[in-house]
Amino acid sequence: MKKTGADIFVESLRHEGVKTVFGLPGGVVLKIFDVLCQQKDIELVLTRHEQAAAHMAEGYAKATGRAGVVLVTSGPGMTNIVTGLADAYMDSVPLVAFTGQVSTNLIGNDAFQEADNVGISRPCTKHNVLVKDVSDLAAIIKEAFYIATTGRPGPVLVDIPKDVSTEKAEFKYPDKVNLRGYNPTVDGNKHQIKQAAEEIMRAKRPIIYVGGGAVFSNAADAILEFAEITQIPVTMTLMGLGSFPGNHPLSLGMLGMHGAYWSNMAMHHADLLIAVGARFDDRVTGKLSEFCPEARVVHIDIDPTSIKKTFHAHIPIVGDVKTVLRQMNVVLRAMDGNAAEMKALRAPWLKQIEDWKKSHPLTYKQDDKITKPQYVVEKLYELTKHDAIVATDVGQHQMWAAQYFKGTKPRTWLTSGGLGTMGFGFPAAIGAQKAFPDRLVVCITSEGSFQMNLQELATAAEHKLPIKIVLLHNGCHGMVRQWQDLFYEGRYSASQLGNTPDFVKLAEAYGILGLRAAKPSEVEPVLKEGLKHKGPVLMDVYTDPFENCYPMIPAGGAQHEMMLEDPPELLEARKGGVHKRKVEEGEGVLPA
Amino acid sequence: MEHIISILVENKFGVLARVAGLFSARGYNIESLSVAPTLDPTTSMITIVTIGDDRIIEQIMKQLNKVVEVLKVVDLTETHFLDRETALIKVHTKPEHRDEAIRITDIFRAKIVDSSPTTYTIEITGDVDKVEALINLLRPLGIRELIRTGRIAIARETTRTASPRREPALLVKT
Repeated sequence: MKKTGADIFVESLRHEGVKTVFGLPGGVVLKIFDVLCQQKDIELVLTRHEQAAAHMAEGYAKATGRAGVVLVTSGPGMTNIVTGLADAYMDSVPLVAFTGQVSTNLIGNDAFQEADNVGISRPCTKHNVLVKDVSDLAAIIKEAFYIATTGRPGPVLVDIPKDVSTEKAEFKYPDKVNLRGYNPTVDGNKHQIKQAAEEIMRAKRPIIYVGGGAVFSNAADAILEFAEITQIPVTMTLMGLGSFPGNHPLSLGMLGMHGAYWSNMAMHHADLLIAVGARFDDRVTGKLSEFCPEARVVHIDIDPTSIKKTFHAHIPIVGDVKTVLRQMNVVLRAMDGNAAEMKALRAPWLKQIEDWKKSHPLTYKQDDKITKPQYVVEKLYELTKHDAIVATDVGQHQMWAAQYFKGTKPRTWLTSGGLGTMGFGFPAAIGAQKAFPDRLVVCITSEGSFQMNLQELATAAEHKLPIKIVLLHNGCHGMVRQWQDLFYEGRYSASQLGNTPDFVKLAEAYGILGLRAAKPSEVEPVLKEGLKHKGPVLMDVYTDPFENCYPMIPAGGAQHEMMLEDPPELLEARKGGVHKRKVEEGEGVLPA
Repeated sequence: MEHIISILVENKFGVLARVAGLFSARGYNIESLSVAPTLDPTTSMITIVTIGDDRIIEQIMKQLNKVVEVLKVVDLTETHFLDRETALIKVHTKPEHRDEAIRITDIFRAKIVDSSPTTYTIEITGDVDKVEALINLLRPLGIRELIRTGRIAIARETTRTASPRREPALLVKT
């Protein structure tokens, strides 16, 4: 029997096991929405802005490992998801975005709500297709999900003209894809693995550097085994957090611009670097010419373009991270057999790292006047018993969350890394909560980022999603302010957010619980009350507007040259009133 | 260094834009580009001449391989190959220059394919040196218009199996 394109669309999604679609309707996709509302298998989450739909799908995908699905209309519907596509492309998030398009006979005519969707999205998708014939639709959808979720995952856009959704064709969902130009390498080259294993056995100061690829490859177990057999410490990128337990003795936490002192020092002094699903981003390497100067480099990645892109690799291994590490573990076990010997070989190195940890711990000073943001994250970490899915926005709060919320499980850390998209966190939390209605989902954010997608409070309220929003309220774009203090002589150009809404009232306006912690003593009770509450909560926590995030490798600086605290000139300048605003003790620049 | 890269792609809408966009997005140069269907009408061959150091060329090859519709990428510069280009050159021909134009055309075994009272249009096919040498010789006569196809290239059969410098797995899709 022949079916309309809209029916084929819904049937195809059903075959892909899609349960949730994030989207917003419009003229050319009405037929698809009409079919969606007449069935029960797939739920449509109506967002208040298309950008949020894309980030929700990202949150869903990061938390589950399955492709997130977005459905929006043509023109502005599509252009509004571009940020989400670019974000997903940078962070390798499997996403399938369906966009409406004007009817095929109108394409190119500057029709109402027409945009060149495939043209606009080409540089920020892994693949994209305009469906020109309804009889191709099912195969294209099958391919879209396959491409999005295999190899190095990424966003795929399928552009569906209005007439394709209304015309009819025979429906048969293909059982396999036929893509002769797409065949990602999964198994690692045995010779290279053997060679790497030999170097690993010999190395005196090795370090494992894990990126987001490990999360998407579900490699956590393989990494744990690998690190434990070899007794090599593990540091993670912002995207890799959770792929190795943050509280494991071999965990060094995060490295990079705001990474821990000991992680960056260990990288700098390492004689062997084993990069696992990481891409040597500039926020990790700092000054490339001085990055890991003594290290031989083993680089495992499914994407050949990530290897030798910015940094050399002595032993490149193209393949799926989990598969390669499993192969490696087998080789290592056959070679080794003596764990005690391995421990002895690494002992001085681990001792050195331990000394770095002791001499330069992550610190902050909490007094009874003004709340330090780090304190809030630490309290949250304690009160949630480490067991929460954490979504963050971008900026200082994100770095503090990365430093102090030491996640222990993969897929519980949702953040925008490569693109650094403010406004990502809250919708991502919604996506994750939608996927796991019974788990604790916390969104750590700040007012700059939160205001970029706060309209989704309506979505959270409508779906009664019990997300705990912890808003670290500091009156400014904190990271911008920090850079202005450090590098622009404290001229706060456009970084101050004096006129912010009363977030408690705002929450109430959307029908959700709003709480405020204006003083340090109120933080714990507010967090407790918020976490206990059954529905969504917005906790507005006033924090020190002048707190800076350390350690910090200044942009372009070398990895071992970290700033560890406010430089004396900055403290002096603040005292002398050079800075346009002062912290008035206890009140700061926050609304009373 | 200059490289000639052959890219076998699906003969589909938007593929050329994707390949060209990849070059522009990453700041790589395209010196010349030619594209046409192959024997198999479902595929096209794109020949791109580009310039870059080893690291850039390696990235270009890998990035091209990553495109879903790209079936095979070969850096012909790493093997023995033949390359050809065709140019159409319209030269001014004042009466006193006509003999000279014909002589030059003959020397290069080129052809005059169109003539008017004031111009000859000369067609030449050859490697880049030959085409450029002809252009240089014709220049004093006054070139009115010049069109070049961009280069196409093919590997020489006997050395087709010459091993490329880098791991083949990274260079050619299987």
